[in-house]
Amino acid sequence: MTAWLIRLGRNTLDGVEALGQAGIFLAQSVIGWPSREGLRLWLRQMHFVGVMSLAIVLVSGLFIGMVLALQGYTILVDFGAADALGQMVALSLLRELAPVVAALLFAGRAGSALTAEIGLMKATEQLSSMEMIGVDPLRRVVAPRLWAGFVSLPLLTIGFSVVGIWGGQLVGVDWLGVFEGSYWGNMQASVNFIDDVGNGLVKSLVFALVVTWIAVYQGYALIPTSEGISRATTRTVVYSSLAVLGLDFILTAVMFGNFA
Amino acid sequence: MKRSKWMELGVGLFMLAGVLGLVFLGLRVSGLSFEAPQNTFQLEANFGNTGGLKPRSRVTMAGVTVGRVQSISLDTEWLDARVVLSLNADLENKLPEDTTAAILTSGLLGEQYIGLSVGGAPDMLADGDRIRDTQSALVLEELIQQFISQAIED
Repeated sequence: MTAWLIRLGRNTLDGVEALGQAGIFLAQSVIGWPSREGLRLWLRQMHFVGVMSLAIVLVSGLFIGMVLALQGYTILVDFGAADALGQMVALSLLRELAPVVAALLFAGRAGSALTAEIGLMKATEQLSSMEMIGVDPLRRVVAPRLWAGFVSLPLLTIGFSVVGIWGGQLVGVDWLGVFEGSYWGNMQASVNFIDDVGNGLVKSLVFALVVTWIAVYQGYALIPTSEGISRATTRTVVYSSLAVLGLDFILTAVMFGNFA
Repeated sequence: MKRSKWMELGVGLFMLAGVLGLVFLGLRVSGLSFEAPQNTFQLEANFGNTGGLKPRSRVTMAGVTVGRVQSISLDTEWLDARVVLSLNADLENKLPEDTTAAILTSGLLGEQYIGLSVGGAPDMLADGDRIRDTQSALVLEELIQQFISQAIED
């Protein structure tokens, strides 16, 4: 019994300590004024994390929009409400699907790569040699990646929504024959810029922070062996997916949960 | 060097596409327009039953949207619903005192909105006044009940 309690206490303390370390790590990397060199590094990471993720995010957005329109149409047409298709596609994309799916794709596409890259740097002792020559690896390696993630994911989410709504139009209007005016008109009547687009963006900002933070910290704190790298990469994808889905529920409850 | 330029161009295009996407979401999807927020004035109306009316529902006149529902609350004095409407300022002092406010439904399953129809009284409604003549929302169950009780009487 005592042994069990001791183990519980040790695990709790370990957990709190890890969380605290990750928090200090985040604060130390993010706070500070970027140098010219830092901007250049950030730009390189933006290319890798943002621009290179564009293809998978946009293609997924297109197909999800198309599927939403197809599924929504078959349900709505039973109620004679096929005109509400635009509203359904736009609201589900803006509020829910674009932030979440883009964040999940981002964790798989960019997050795992960030972990593996930083992990390999650590395993080949590039990070400690940087410290040796007086370069702070947090500012040189970690900060540009964190900032690139924070900026990219909201932009990718916007792209996801836009392409998804267009995909919904392709299927709903051009194929299934919903009247184009009611597709866009009902959408404009029901979508509120602050409540729907704005809250979706807030969600994606939170997800960007969490996913990039987990990815970079897992890479920075891993055990520098080949097994450690593979474990950390897996942990990045698993932890960030769970964090995104869990946080999404909380954020949705806070943003859209008041049915007054 | 050349490769770095391409990379910078790619990132620039990416940022630009993101901003343009946001503009698209604003203008085309949520129907924002760059008009200055219009001046409004408030009218109150009490309804026996507001049905599915919500804050931000439309207020229309002859089918044209002239305002929004600002708030819905329970009037503890009369125990009915007090609805505050905010209407375009150009209608201030132009609606006769016997204007009727009715809660209507667009289509069979559509959203509910308030329709105003004007009367002919000489006095006009000003900011903060109350619309006396109101029609509650049509509740389908009540209609069916009436219909059935009538059928039984016959």
